[in-house]
Amino acid sequence: MTVGTWLALAGVAVLALIVAAEVRSRAKASAAGRRFLRYPAAVPGIFVLAFVVAVAVAAPLVAPLDPYAIPHVEGVANLPPSLHRLLGTDPSGRDVYSRLVYGARISLGIGAIAMVLAVTLGAAVGVVAGYFRHRVDAVLMRLVDLGLAMPRMFLLLMIVALWGQISLANLVLLIGFTGWFATSRVVRAEVLSLREREFIAAARALGTRPARVVWRHVLPNAAAPIIVSAALGIGHVMLLEASLSFVGIGVPSPQPSWGNMIADGAPVLATAPWTSTFPGLAIAVVVMALNAVGDALRDALDPRKESA
Amino acid sequence: MSEPLLRVRDLKTYFVTEQGSGTARAVDGVSFEVYPGETLGLVGESGCGKTVTSLSLLRLIPEPPGHIRPGSFIEFEGRNLLTLAPRELRAIRGNQIAMIFQEPLTSLNPVLTVGDQIAEAAILHQGLTRRAARRRTIDMLRLVGIPDPAERVDHYPHQMSGGMRQRVMIAMALVCHPKLLIADEPTTALDVTIQAQILELLDRLQVELGMAVLLITHDLGVVAGAADRVVVMYAGQVAEQAPTGQLFARPLHPYTEGLLASVPRLDAPAARGRTRLHSIPGQVPAATAWPEGCRFHPRCPYAWDRCRQEEPPLLDAGTGEPGAHSVRCWLLTDPRRRRLHA
Repeated sequence: MTVGTWLALAGVAVLALIVAAEVRSRAKASAAGRRFLRYPAAVPGIFVLAFVVAVAVAAPLVAPLDPYAIPHVEGVANLPPSLHRLLGTDPSGRDVYSRLVYGARISLGIGAIAMVLAVTLGAAVGVVAGYFRHRVDAVLMRLVDLGLAMPRMFLLLMIVALWGQISLANLVLLIGFTGWFATSRVVRAEVLSLREREFIAAARALGTRPARVVWRHVLPNAAAPIIVSAALGIGHVMLLEASLSFVGIGVPSPQPSWGNMIADGAPVLATAPWTSTFPGLAIAVVVMALNAVGDALRDALDPRKESA
Repeated sequence: MSEPLLRVRDLKTYFVTEQGSGTARAVDGVSFEVYPGETLGLVGESGCGKTVTSLSLLRLIPEPPGHIRPGSFIEFEGRNLLTLAPRELRAIRGNQIAMIFQEPLTSLNPVLTVGDQIAEAAILHQGLTRRAARRRTIDMLRLVGIPDPAERVDHYPHQMSGGMRQRVMIAMALVCHPKLLIADEPTTALDVTIQAQILELLDRLQVELGMAVLLITHDLGVVAGAADRVVVMYAGQVAEQAPTGQLFARPLHPYTEGLLASVPRLDAPAARGRTRLHSIPGQVPAATAWPEGCRFHPRCPYAWDRCRQEEPPLLDAGTGEPGAHSVRCWLLTDPRRRRLHA
């Protein structure tokens, strides 16, 4: 660890604090914001997320060593944490701290992109099913039932087994395309109640095309459940990525992801627990933060909580 | 009289009920005309089919469970709306026939500014640019009497009062200068002073824009002040139809009579010490099981055997022009019974 990386780390922490403080002060201005703040873990959650995202973005500044470099010298593998190697080294002698920092890019990136894909797909299917109902709804929802009934892990294992080793892009697509079922149900339920509202009839009475009614009048009003399922969805995707990487079919080595880092350390868990422990902690903390923010958002965006 | 703008013939809108217990005949053979520039009042108590009638006109009935029966006929300027392709129908909705709804609180989209919502129809039907539509929107807001229209145009519905929102709804409906405005209980959700303002506004705009208005209400006071002619609906049918003055002066259907007697009055009866308000006994029967014979007979003070067995057609009252005043009641064939009862 050099002075520069310590400074960068401190800078990132300060930035995250500023973001959290800013969110807090802005939230106080509105009723929905105050409901958000009533959730005690909301602001710490924002801080954690801001910190991790900033670390991922500023990875080259924050990480002191090359996360890929395997030193060609003996005796650097499985070193315990020290001031020089903050979180120790893994069985290949790579710096765990640096890999953790770069792993944030991959783990968060996969989580975010796959979630955007899943939520977009889920929202589209949910809106179409809920708005057009009848046969369209029946067909789409049976498809969703099928998707929900299938154990996702086995589905992915099967696809990967057919495919062999898959690239990062394909992994994201795969996770995204198998993760939209629950979202589509939530969105459909919301749209079913929205479509009976009078302003939808009013829009139709003005001669608005169905596609435009959906896009301008239904979708924005269904934003709340979509946002909430997105926030909670990233956490799920990150856990899934970690599981897949742990069993060796996720992010291909040597790229660091938090999941495959845990796998790297698994054989030496008894003698050098740091390699697995720190990425495991990182996943746990980030997923907890995401869930806290997701829950707080749900409270904030649910108008039925207005009177509480 | 000139050619009617809207001609409704034998409109039947049925709903298939969930339990399969039968078909709700919400609107069951309704006919009326609306002439250019006039106001036609459509009155009746809750459940008589007023709103379903108005929604049927623009084919806004949720299908299924609802459907308009074949044989129904809704002609607007010589075109049958029931056989138009969806695209042609959309070109009429909001452009030639506009509608304002009962609840100004829920009829506006909460996440769009009122300006965006008013401009939508102008952009859609008249091909205005965003900028031109915005100018038109501000003009419309001024027309419906909203102060500071240039500022209000960017407000959201929740920033406005109920009366203001109803004005916005009116602006939204009128932005394309429709030939016919369907106003479904436009003042029911508002308090009386705002109600009077909104009715006055509708009246003024009707003259300025030369449009016809189909005013749907349960409130005879509203009809008395605003309508040229009145159609009284009962149990999915037209019970009586007459020019407003004649209907109030000489109601012929016992239902109309009962409705008029149920209006609270500040002047007359108190002097005689009888202050109890008249009410029509019973309620509108369920639309799945209209009574045999005349649908009003279970609640009618004059009912006799014929009323229980035979359904009366609309009979001409024989006053004024033929067809000007018609009544669905057997009393017309046997006027002595009315006197006997009294």
